[in-house]
Amino acid sequence: MQNPQLDSDGNLRHLLSIEGLPKRILNQILDTAESFVGVAEREVKKVPLLRGKTVCNLFFENSTRTRTTFEIAAKRLSADVISLNVNTSSQSKGETILDTVDNLIAMHADMFVIRHAQSGAAHLIAKHVPPHIHVINAGDGRHSHPTQGLLDVFTIRKFKPEMHNLRVAIIGDVLHSRVARSEIHALTTLGVPEVRVIAPKTLLPSQVEKLGVHVYHDMREGLKNVDVVMMLRLQNERMNGALLPSAQEYFKTYGLTQEKLALAKPDAIVMHPGPMNRGVEIDSSVADGKQSVILPQVTYGIAIRMAVMAILAGGQPAQQAPASEGDQ
Amino acid sequence: MTDKNRPMTELQSAQLPNAEHLLQALAKALQPLLKKNTALVGIHSGGVWLMERLLTLLEPAITANAIEHGTLDVSFYRDDYAKRGLKIETHPSQIPFDVENKHIILIDDVFYTGRTTRAAMNELFDYGRPASISLAALVNRGGRELPIAPQIVAAEIPLHASQHLQLIKLANDELALALTPNHNSTRT
Repeated sequence: MQNPQLDSDGNLRHLLSIEGLPKRILNQILDTAESFVGVAEREVKKVPLLRGKTVCNLFFENSTRTRTTFEIAAKRLSADVISLNVNTSSQSKGETILDTVDNLIAMHADMFVIRHAQSGAAHLIAKHVPPHIHVINAGDGRHSHPTQGLLDVFTIRKFKPEMHNLRVAIIGDVLHSRVARSEIHALTTLGVPEVRVIAPKTLLPSQVEKLGVHVYHDMREGLKNVDVVMMLRLQNERMNGALLPSAQEYFKTYGLTQEKLALAKPDAIVMHPGPMNRGVEIDSSVADGKQSVILPQVTYGIAIRMAVMAILAGGQPAQQAPASEGDQ
Repeated sequence: MTDKNRPMTELQSAQLPNAEHLLQALAKALQPLLKKNTALVGIHSGGVWLMERLLTLLEPAITANAIEHGTLDVSFYRDDYAKRGLKIETHPSQIPFDVENKHIILIDDVFYTGRTTRAAMNELFDYGRPASISLAALVNRGGRELPIAPQIVAAEIPLHASQHLQLIKLANDELALALTPNHNSTRT
């Protein structure tokens, strides 16, 4: 089956999920993001790559951070950006998702960033749009959140460059988390040898082992000797009750405290995709502690989103003879 | 093609001058320009190799005048991005000094159309407002398409558009010039 994310030459055309992306593309995105990190530290925090292009943020589900970072990323690439919160626009009048997209294409949008509560929404739009338009999935239901997965592995690479030597633990509500899925695919594709998931049975998808992870139900056991602790948000709004006794009970068993963190390697880093439920999955002293890289994650998220947009909008990447490209 | 002296026949690699000799000539020509408040900026990749060598060759003058240096990867400023996309490999630009009011000498390996230089100038201005910018290139191969020319050049080697001249680094770290057929229809 043809991968809808790649064109016939194997170049990235849409970013819909990390699953199915070759290591070559993941590394291309991470390496390009490396170059964008410095742009934010300059006097003029902009490069002219996407000048004249229009990026359309279509958010059918709320997310302040993701929308803001996509918006900043597009603006730093000199694109024009429109952000639509669709629950406040025509959709509430009954327009279908594809009609909304068609109308924006008629207004000459060049790229769509889609967030939707339904898994597969971005795929649906990617299949629908003409070839010159690119789609980025900014989170669809329980399925995938590829830029979050990418910014997480980028953050890990920044702090722990030896990916081939790492033990990573992902802790919390894996069942409802598109972030966890994206992280697991990114980590295993990039060759991280040991990925653990730590969660109660009720918050793990069935057959999660098939993703190549080690499953732990005891957090203390699972944290032993890990280099990276990736917390997940307890997805209150997705929970239909009955999966957990109470938030307090959850914190006692699966909340990250200084005392539990001490079981990991002394230089382990702590990550969280936000927004945090302090005192539910993570203790404030850990979230604000010196092992926390939660705010760098946000900063790197902009560089990752810039890299993805720059790679997508560039049309055909150079088919040049290696190293002979344009140094003149 | 604007150059009158464009050759009719193609040059062979063996006919190219020795890049190490050209580097010495470039260093000599640069020496008088190294004054206080000057900075060197190499353009990836060949220009950065050259700059690293120049920093060693000109060490006394560099230290005496406290000359700073940086590197640019102009990928995000190229005018052919829409056609050719992003290079697979990009390097972070590193300008660890204040560009404001500096006399900047850009260093590139081969000067051709002038489009790389234009991109480099645009990027530099995003760091601040330099007092001046000049360009030093190892080779001017002819064929410029913009009102931009190198101020310091070690060799003029007019080349046919079908040929692609690049600086390469040999296994022993010496620099050399190499000719390859130009596969790209777009000129850079």
